[in-house]
Amino acid sequence: MSEPMLTAAALPRGTLLSAAIRSPSFIAGLLITLVFLGLALTSFFWTPYPYAAQDIPNKLQGLNAEHWFGTDQYGRDVFSMILAGARTSIAVALIAVGVGVGIGVPLGLTAAAQRGNLFDEIIMRGNDLVFAFPALLIAILITAIFGPSATNAVIAIGIFNIPVFARLSRAAALTLWTREFILAARVAGKGKARISLEHILPNILNTLLVQVTIQFSLGILAEAALAYVGLGAQPPTPSWGKMLADSQTLIGLAPHMAVIPGLCIVFTVMGLNLLGDGLSDIFDPRLRRSRT
Amino acid sequence: MSSYLLARIGALIAGLLVASIVIFVLLEIVPGDPAQFMLGLNARPDTLANLRAQLGLDQPVLTRYFNWVAGMLRGDFGISYTYRIPVTELVVQRLGVSLPLAAMALTLTILIAFPAGIIAASRRNSGTDFAVVSATQLGVAIPNFWFAIVLIWIFAVTLHWFSAGGFPGWDKGFWQGLRGLTLPAIALALPQAAILTRVMRSALLDTLDEDYIRTARAKGLTRIQVLWRHALRNALIPVLTIVGLQFAFLLAGGIIIENVFSLPGLGRLIFQGITQRDLIVVKSVVMLLVFAVILVNFIVDLSYLVVDPRLRRRP
Repeated sequence: MSEPMLTAAALPRGTLLSAAIRSPSFIAGLLITLVFLGLALTSFFWTPYPYAAQDIPNKLQGLNAEHWFGTDQYGRDVFSMILAGARTSIAVALIAVGVGVGIGVPLGLTAAAQRGNLFDEIIMRGNDLVFAFPALLIAILITAIFGPSATNAVIAIGIFNIPVFARLSRAAALTLWTREFILAARVAGKGKARISLEHILPNILNTLLVQVTIQFSLGILAEAALAYVGLGAQPPTPSWGKMLADSQTLIGLAPHMAVIPGLCIVFTVMGLNLLGDGLSDIFDPRLRRSRT
Repeated sequence: MSSYLLARIGALIAGLLVASIVIFVLLEIVPGDPAQFMLGLNARPDTLANLRAQLGLDQPVLTRYFNWVAGMLRGDFGISYTYRIPVTELVVQRLGVSLPLAAMALTLTILIAFPAGIIAASRRNSGTDFAVVSATQLGVAIPNFWFAIVLIWIFAVTLHWFSAGGFPGWDKGFWQGLRGLTLPAIALALPQAAILTRVMRSALLDTLDEDYIRTARAKGLTRIQVLWRHALRNALIPVLTIVGLQFAFLLAGGIIIENVFSLPGLGRLIFQGITQRDLIVVKSVVMLLVFAVILVNFIVDLSYLVVDPRLRRRP
């Protein structure tokens, strides 16, 4: 960034917390995300009905007092399935992001520390290659080969998170390696691994956190897509994508079966995206103008 | 320029090579014997062995890999186990659906995103800008297959304007074919348009901050002239990258949408190939799609040379 941009007006006024309170996207995103995390947690000890309990006489009911979100073609309570489905979506997406961070960040940091040598080159070319694969297609291939399950969905989505975090942490780390305080650490005799861990990593956490929210939301979309084609979590494990697949043939009879899980996906993803935008606003107010 | 070109071509070839190995290895691990699958569980061991020999399944792994790659280089992608016709023929048939679908979706994407992005950026922080940005927030959050189901509900089941699925075929007439692809194209285009609008807007905002824009305004050009002649051209590089990626994505990413609408496209071909263990189809079609993605990226890289003259002068 050029010097004139670092004028007093552009610098953060006060603490990160006060910046957070002034960011509407952050507040809205955080609220929505917390609501869905709350739903997922609630489902562990309470759902209005057992989510897999069938009640054929009461099938395909619309929204009513007993079944807030109606029932599906087997008379299962849609609200209970939404609660339990939140758990599946969030678990799959979160672990997939964990895979990406856990493998991608160390790779990226090492590549940056070894800048320009063979390891760096291999990592970066490997990244380019993974990006060239149509992600969803390969995820479908992987789940089809190793058997459809939530675990394999995690792996399939997680693989594509690795290069995202590797590339991001490498780029962020490279700019830090030119800074004086890193030079000072080197002069003090610290090794590259220790510098990466003690000085580089803490300074790129902000950037990583923003990307985590984005990949988290993409993970939820990918999980839904895999479950929709029958390659995600298997019944009776509920999943929003699976609910959408069931709804399609009944769309004329029971539109609520399609509308409700769909809106849940839209809201969760939007909440996470807003949270990410809010976070990047807070961490780097200079970006506030151009970021959407 | 020539070194830039050489590096890109090298990356292209290396990418294809590694991709072919990955795909081949991935499909080697698939459980299930295609010969067994074709003949059924009651097949006699000697007929099974015969078929294996005929399909080349009894040869060592390396030989099979080289045969596969050599075949593809000659334009021979093998013969589908289930359809019993050359894969090339199948792919050409299915491209008749997937290619027009991707083209329609991309056209829609650009038609929505360019004006929306330009208007939002040129009226930064206005109500219009806020509306466009909010709409894109919504657009990127909508799963395209859910949007497709909603479209079917409204326009097929309720209003009966379009059919809920299936493809009449181009021989039923151009307009019938176009009609069959309209809802899928809209479903594919909406989230892509949201992404492209955001890219267009932020790329334009970035260039509008540049010193040469102020210079252009100072020398007396109007806002519109500056926007079209200076800002837009420079903003096009990131936009072009995304458009290229989106076209590649739309070709392969139609897989879910093709399932929603039961369209006989490439995505559905792969999907059926996986469930029917028609591995030669899966292997070759996935390779073709990866080839398309890598090729599109290559073309995008080359198009920088056209858009950005500075790259041309680089030694």
